[in-house]
Amino acid sequence: MFPAQITYHRAGSVAEAVQLLSSNEGAKLLAGGHSLLPLMKLRLAAPAVLVDIGRIEALKGVSASGGGITIGALTTHAEIASSDLVKQHAPVLAEAAALVGDPAVRNRGTIGGSVSHADPASDQPTVLTALGATFNVTGQGGDRSIAAGDFATGLLENALEENEVLTSISVPSVPSGAGSAYVKFPHPASRYAVVGAAAVVAVSGGTCSSASVVVGGVETTPARASSVEAALAGSDLGDAALDAAAAAVGGDLNGDPMGDVFASAEYRRAMAAVYVRRALGAAASRAG
Amino acid sequence: MTTRIFGSGIRRREDPRLITGRASYTDDIKLPGTLHAAILRSPYAHANIKAVDASGAAGQPGVVAVYTGEDTDGVLNGLPCAWLIPGSDLKTPAHPAIAKDKVRYVGDAVAVVVAESRYQAEDALEHIAVDYEPLDVVVSPKAAAQDGAPQLHEDVPNNIAFTWALAGGDTDAAFADAAVTVSDTITLPRLIANPMEPRSALAQWSAASGELTLWNTTQNPHIARFVTCVVTGVPEHKIRVIAPEVGGGFGSKIPFYADEAITAFCSMKLGVPVKWTETRSENYLITTQGRDHIEEVEMAATSDGVITGLRTTVYAGMGGYLSTAAPGVPTILHGLMYSGPYNIPNISGTVYGVFNNGAPVDAYRGAGRPEATMLLERMVDLVAAAVGQDPAEVRRKNLIPKFENGHDVATGITYDSGDYESALDSCLSAAGYEALRAEQAQARAEGRCVGVGVSSYVEICGLGPSQVAGAVGFQGGLWESAIIRFYPTGKANVMVGSSPHGQGEETTFAQIVAGELGVDVDDVEVIHGDTDTTPMGWGTYGSRTTAVSGAAITVAARKIKEKSRALAAHLLEAAPEDIEYEDGRFYVRGSPDQHKTIQDIALMANVAWNMPEGMEPGLEASAFYDPPNFTYPFGAHVAVVEVDPETGHIDLQRYVAVDDCGVQINPMIVEGQVHGGVVQGVGPALWEGAVYDDDGQLVTGSMLDYALPRADLLPDIEVSSNSTPSPHHPLGVKGIGEAGTIASTPTVYNAVMDALRPLGVTRVDMPLTPEKVWRAINDARNGG
Repeated sequence: MFPAQITYHRAGSVAEAVQLLSSNEGAKLLAGGHSLLPLMKLRLAAPAVLVDIGRIEALKGVSASGGGITIGALTTHAEIASSDLVKQHAPVLAEAAALVGDPAVRNRGTIGGSVSHADPASDQPTVLTALGATFNVTGQGGDRSIAAGDFATGLLENALEENEVLTSISVPSVPSGAGSAYVKFPHPASRYAVVGAAAVVAVSGGTCSSASVVVGGVETTPARASSVEAALAGSDLGDAALDAAAAAVGGDLNGDPMGDVFASAEYRRAMAAVYVRRALGAAASRAG
Repeated sequence: MTTRIFGSGIRRREDPRLITGRASYTDDIKLPGTLHAAILRSPYAHANIKAVDASGAAGQPGVVAVYTGEDTDGVLNGLPCAWLIPGSDLKTPAHPAIAKDKVRYVGDAVAVVVAESRYQAEDALEHIAVDYEPLDVVVSPKAAAQDGAPQLHEDVPNNIAFTWALAGGDTDAAFADAAVTVSDTITLPRLIANPMEPRSALAQWSAASGELTLWNTTQNPHIARFVTCVVTGVPEHKIRVIAPEVGGGFGSKIPFYADEAITAFCSMKLGVPVKWTETRSENYLITTQGRDHIEEVEMAATSDGVITGLRTTVYAGMGGYLSTAAPGVPTILHGLMYSGPYNIPNISGTVYGVFNNGAPVDAYRGAGRPEATMLLERMVDLVAAAVGQDPAEVRRKNLIPKFENGHDVATGITYDSGDYESALDSCLSAAGYEALRAEQAQARAEGRCVGVGVSSYVEICGLGPSQVAGAVGFQGGLWESAIIRFYPTGKANVMVGSSPHGQGEETTFAQIVAGELGVDVDDVEVIHGDTDTTPMGWGTYGSRTTAVSGAAITVAARKIKEKSRALAAHLLEAAPEDIEYEDGRFYVRGSPDQHKTIQDIALMANVAWNMPEGMEPGLEASAFYDPPNFTYPFGAHVAVVEVDPETGHIDLQRYVAVDDCGVQINPMIVEGQVHGGVVQGVGPALWEGAVYDDDGQLVTGSMLDYALPRADLLPDIEVSSNSTPSPHHPLGVKGIGEAGTIASTPTVYNAVMDALRPLGVTRVDMPLTPEKVWRAINDARNGG
């Protein structure tokens, strides 16, 4: 509860943040502070330098951009949950944001901080991967984009270089006629996802034209359920088809399993099928 | 002005300051020149200390002093255990405030740094080098009692701190003759009390006067003063303990801890105030936990479901050391309640108090009685299932019939009054029990897993007759005292030795005085929590404060009334026997216009211009109240759950409570106590449990992993009550602080088992987390 000594810098711009990261080895970015500060208070993290990007206005807010929306990295979960633009273009993202933590967490925690922390039990990485979002980053080497599915590289590890700052996330619109859903098994204490399943199901002529299904909480990074997606394609999205598709998720969970005292790896895998089925049911009912 | 304030649900006068953040807790108190302590804690659950090198910390920024067990050894006495159960072969191994040779749980204190700021003290801890020799660890209390288990203390074979046996009737014969016997092993997980305010101590030693003042998060400042005297050697009359606002305790602030002893030691060494405040992480590691029972239980019954016997063997984890009241919890407060509200002629039990490598275990809301009610209610449900009868009906046929003044049970105690069948009927009616069973049948036909749980309970509280306390080895009394002091303006202070910390007695005590003497409730201020300004008392725990301290106030108020009557007679020039009292007015019988109000009397007594011969000035009375018996509140609860068999999730859909705590002073506060209590009992049924791994590391070390009940996981709690007065209490009150916690764990557990019965599931260990339920369902499907 008493962090070790730190040097604190407040960056006025993304460029200044990049510069501060470059000139201070081991520096960490501070945004909403809801992932980093608890670790520091437990002295599980002790960065010598903090670079606070929390007041960079350019990193805040949601805007429409060709074929979708762009969400500033500092946009809070509460803002996303209540954003008309998000609800219009990617309603599943608003649905998931409303399930993050509790009101205090949603009011302070940011989408950029959440995805950068790369906790596989977080909700937004799962949903953003299902939506095919792109993460826009800026560093000493300039700007680049990283596909959502490539951003988390391991448990609490991301694809950012030491001096890079995640600036925004581009989310393509869910196609018209497609249904989407995020269904979550929250841990009773932390409210993190023991299992979270995100599904986007597009329908054309009464059959499934495409599907995107991702499972969080079960492996160290969000797991794309390719077998489920393949089983759905061309199906009629009836109960039998959804049952069969969801049951296929076991074949997609081949990464590093996670388990703890509350929910073992075996149980999480079993629940992945249940929650994928429920997400598919909800998404299919919203499609068309 | 009205006396009808007694019995009405007025708002708690404590709440405005509490909910607007203006209350002042121990950590809020700032004394000039205060230094701050941080305590180095063992990362091992069991290890020998080979060496401690604190030299690296001494020169760190802001550090004033560093002390280890070498420094406190011989200066501080060990922490005493204060409940020495007779005839139990009790072992009380040394419990040093700072470990010198050996640590016995993760969090055991090893050194303390005192610095100008807490941050500096915490930083300096990292510069203390301790050479540990790790030892084998044992966590389960049953495993710890077996031959060959790692031994925590020398001279405590098999880690058994005490063995307590109970026998009433002829249990062996009852089981030999029984048509039906049922059995189960019940595990009550360790629970972390989680008061909103962590513990804190601020010690101020005055070398000039030889006086020690200790601000402390305690439920019992007078006991804390006594133990501070024992541990520090400062004479009792030179110690002042102040419990300012205390933000909840749930039992965990009864014990006297190493931390306050260390803080006092530091202040006495350095001659300046020293403060230590627990972090939440420390709270999880070191503050006493509750329960930790493994209960092997059998019940005997006739083929018609009439209970004939109960037999138990209980392993109760004590943690690394015996905490202040620990031995009394799984024995006196547990085993003596094995009859519950039922006629059980033959009862026997053996309780082993066992050292294990975890935080010390002591009283936690309900303290022994939830553990007893759980095993009893589980057994009654198993009997009902075995004889194929409705669990409510099996309860009904075994309940002790209504009694108004004393009923002896096989455990050797005498309940005060009870009407258990009325409570059960009221609860079944409030729940719509018959309709619930019909809905359940319908749901089952649809393949849904709906369950209804019922429990009846009686608890022992209002602790208690001091003679009994002495007989059962409690190293203190259990009476309470009160002083009521009227000032010339007719306002009054009530000073009590009990120490409420959230229960609302500042309000209910004022209601008692208002009811007895007809003063406005706002004209009565209740003072508590300071050994220098309050009379002696034994503290707030065990649902005893209103029952015992409230009785002392009542007796004192009645003394005030008699003196007032005599003074009124003198002033009205009438004989005292001709003075009538009504609503704060003393008047001459037949002449209500000739009267003196209590305020008139207060003024005249204080100025003493015209006192009758021989009457002392002033309007003040004190009373010491030692209850003739315990009080025995009771009730019945019903819960409705639905289990999702695909995931194991449990949805608690309804909770119906009918409690009978005798006469109610403030029904709103009673309802609030039931709400909080019920939730705290649902916790271990569904979510809560402190888990230590095989190395004795606390896996559920924070609120990220330790699942406290949350509002969004609970239904509205439907609360109602009956009232069966206690025959021996001056107001007829019994106590309500723990009732909900005692009843709700088995009610919810039984509901879940009822839901799972058609699936073939017969038992699941608590807490009933989704994975455990899911596995039990799958195991049953696969043939068990």
